[in-house]
Amino acid sequence: MEVELKQLNADLQFLSQSLPDPSHHALLRKIQLRVEDLGKLAAAAPVHRSKVEDMSAEVVDSNPYSRLMALQRMGIVENYERIRDFSVAIVGIGGVGSVAAEMLTRCGIGRLLLYDYDKVELANMNRLFFRPDQVGLTKTDAAVQTLSDINPDVVLESYTLNITTVTGFETFMSSLKKKSFRPNKEGSGVDLVLSCVDNYEARMAVNQACNELSQTWMESGVSEDAVSGHIQLLIPGETACFACAPPLVVASGVDERTLKREGVCAASLPTTMGVVAGLLVQNTLKLLLGFGQVSPYLGYNSLKDFFPTMQMRPNPQCSNVACLKRQEEYMLAKPARDAAAKAKMEAEVLSIEEVPLHDDNEWNISVVNDVELDGPDTRSSDVLPEGLTHELPSADEFHKAISDAPVADNDDLEDLRRQLEAINSA
Amino acid sequence: MEGWDPNTKSTLTQIPLLATKAGPRDGAAWTQRLKEEYKALITYTQMNKSNDNDWFRISAANPEGTRWTGKCWYVYNLLKYEFDLQFDIPVTYPSTAPELELPQLDGKTQKMYRGGKICLTVHFKPLWAKNCPRFGIAHALCLGLAPWLAAEVPILVDSGMIKHKDDATTSTES
Repeated sequence: MEVELKQLNADLQFLSQSLPDPSHHALLRKIQLRVEDLGKLAAAAPVHRSKVEDMSAEVVDSNPYSRLMALQRMGIVENYERIRDFSVAIVGIGGVGSVAAEMLTRCGIGRLLLYDYDKVELANMNRLFFRPDQVGLTKTDAAVQTLSDINPDVVLESYTLNITTVTGFETFMSSLKKKSFRPNKEGSGVDLVLSCVDNYEARMAVNQACNELSQTWMESGVSEDAVSGHIQLLIPGETACFACAPPLVVASGVDERTLKREGVCAASLPTTMGVVAGLLVQNTLKLLLGFGQVSPYLGYNSLKDFFPTMQMRPNPQCSNVACLKRQEEYMLAKPARDAAAKAKMEAEVLSIEEVPLHDDNEWNISVVNDVELDGPDTRSSDVLPEGLTHELPSADEFHKAISDAPVADNDDLEDLRRQLEAINSA
Repeated sequence: MEGWDPNTKSTLTQIPLLATKAGPRDGAAWTQRLKEEYKALITYTQMNKSNDNDWFRISAANPEGTRWTGKCWYVYNLLKYEFDLQFDIPVTYPSTAPELELPQLDGKTQKMYRGGKICLTVHFKPLWAKNCPRFGIAHALCLGLAPWLAAEVPILVDSGMIKHKDDATTSTES
C-alpha cells in the first residue's frame, strides 16, 4: 500500500513536469495532496507488533509484559517467565473457551492448542471475543486470527474436528501426546487441558483421553439458565474423574444428561461466561506458576453470589476403566508420596528452628506443652468417639472391582451383517 | 419408563438386551458388542415387519461398525415421509448414546442440534444412562428416534416446513 502510493506520487510528479500546458498544474497538485492524505490514512491502519524474544520487566509503554512481570516484584509469582514453557489445550472455543484463550494469550502462554468443529454465527454475538465480521469462519480459524494479532509470541495450533468421533478422538489424543514444543517434557506434550465444551458427550471424551494419558485437566461449565457455573480440577487417580461424579449432580441434584445444549434454546450471558472463564484461567495460572491455592472445585451461583468449594475423591467403583487404573497407580505410589511429604515437613521444621523467633527474652517467657502426648491422636479425622464406627470402609487400599466377563459366542460378525442386509432388502 | 405408551413398552421388552460394555477402541470386545448390536437390530427389524410397523433401514457404513447410515420414515395423513438417517458411534460408547442425525431436516426444527442431530436430551438420554450397557442401537432407534419422528413430523408437515415428495415434484414441474 505504502509503496504503491509513493509510486503514484512519483508518477504524478513526472506528469506535471512533462505537461506543456500549465493550466492543468493546479488540478495535478490537488491529486498529489489527495495521495498524501491517503498515505497518512494507510499509516494509521492496524499495526502488528513484532515478536518479543525475552520477557522484560522494564516499565515502558512499549513492553507488553511489564505489568505481568511486576507480579514477581510484588512477590506473587516467583518466576513469571516460566509461562512461556507451558502448553495448554482448550477444547471448545465457545463462550468460555474463546475468552479463556484470549486471557492466556494476553498472559503470554507458550503454546495454545484449540479444538472446535463449529462455525461462528450471529447468535454467538451475545458473548465475548468473536466479532460479527467473523461470521461463517470456523471458530478455530477466527480465534487464531484474533489471538495471533493480540500476541504473536504464542504458538497457536488449531484443530477443526469433533473429538467424540473415533477419528477425531485419535487426532485429539495424538496432538496431546506430541512433544514438538518441549521435547524433554515428562508425560504428555501439554501441561493442562481445559474443557470448555457444552455437552456431556464431549466432556466424557475429554475425560477418557485425560484418564488414559494421566493428564491433569480442568472442567468448566455454565448452566443452561446462564446464572450459575463451575470449574473443577481433575487429576486422574487423585481426584474424582468426570465419570466418578459429574459436577452438576453434586452441585444441584440435577442429572447432567438432562441438560439442553446451545442449539436447543439454552440461555447464555457474556457476564456469567466471562466470570467462569476468569475463574478457570486464574486457577490455571495458579496451578502452572505455583502461587496461591489451586481450587479443586469452585462453583458460582450468580443469583446469590455464592461460591461453594469442595474436594471430591475418586469413586472406587467408577465405570471408567482408565480411571480405576490411575486410582490403583495413585494408591501404589502412596508410600513414596508420604515419604516425600514427611521429608518436606522435616525440612520446613529444620529451617524454622535455624532462626530464633526472638533475639532476646527479657522476661524469660517460655511456651509449655499442655497436650498429653500419650492421648489419642486428635489431629486425625478418622478417629471417632467411642461407640461409633464408619459405615463404609475407607478407600486407602485399592480394591479391584469384580467384573463378570460376558459370555463370548461363536457367531460370525460377517454372517450377522449379511443377515441384517437380507432383512433390510426383503 | 413411566409416561411411555404400552405399545412401545411391549416392543422394547422384546428387543434383546446387550451385555458387553465395549466401545469402538476396545478391539475384540467391540467385535463382540457389534455382534450383539446386530442381533438386536435383526430381531427388532423382523419384529417391525411382522407387526406391519416397518419404519427404518440401517446398516454399518464401514467395516469397523463405527458409522451407520440408512433411512427412516413416518406415515402422516396416509402419506409417507422418508428421511436419510446417519450417526457415528462415539468413542465413549456405550457410556454415551449415539447422536442420531437426520441431515435433511437440519435447520428446519428447533428440536435439533447443528448438523441435523435430533434432540434426545430429555426423553432418551436419562433412560440410556440408566440402562448402560444393556441398550444398543436398536433401543436408541426405538426409544430415541421413533418418538421424535412421531412428535416432530406432524408439526413439520402442518407448518409447511417439509412437503411430501409427490407434492414437491408437482410444484417444481408446474
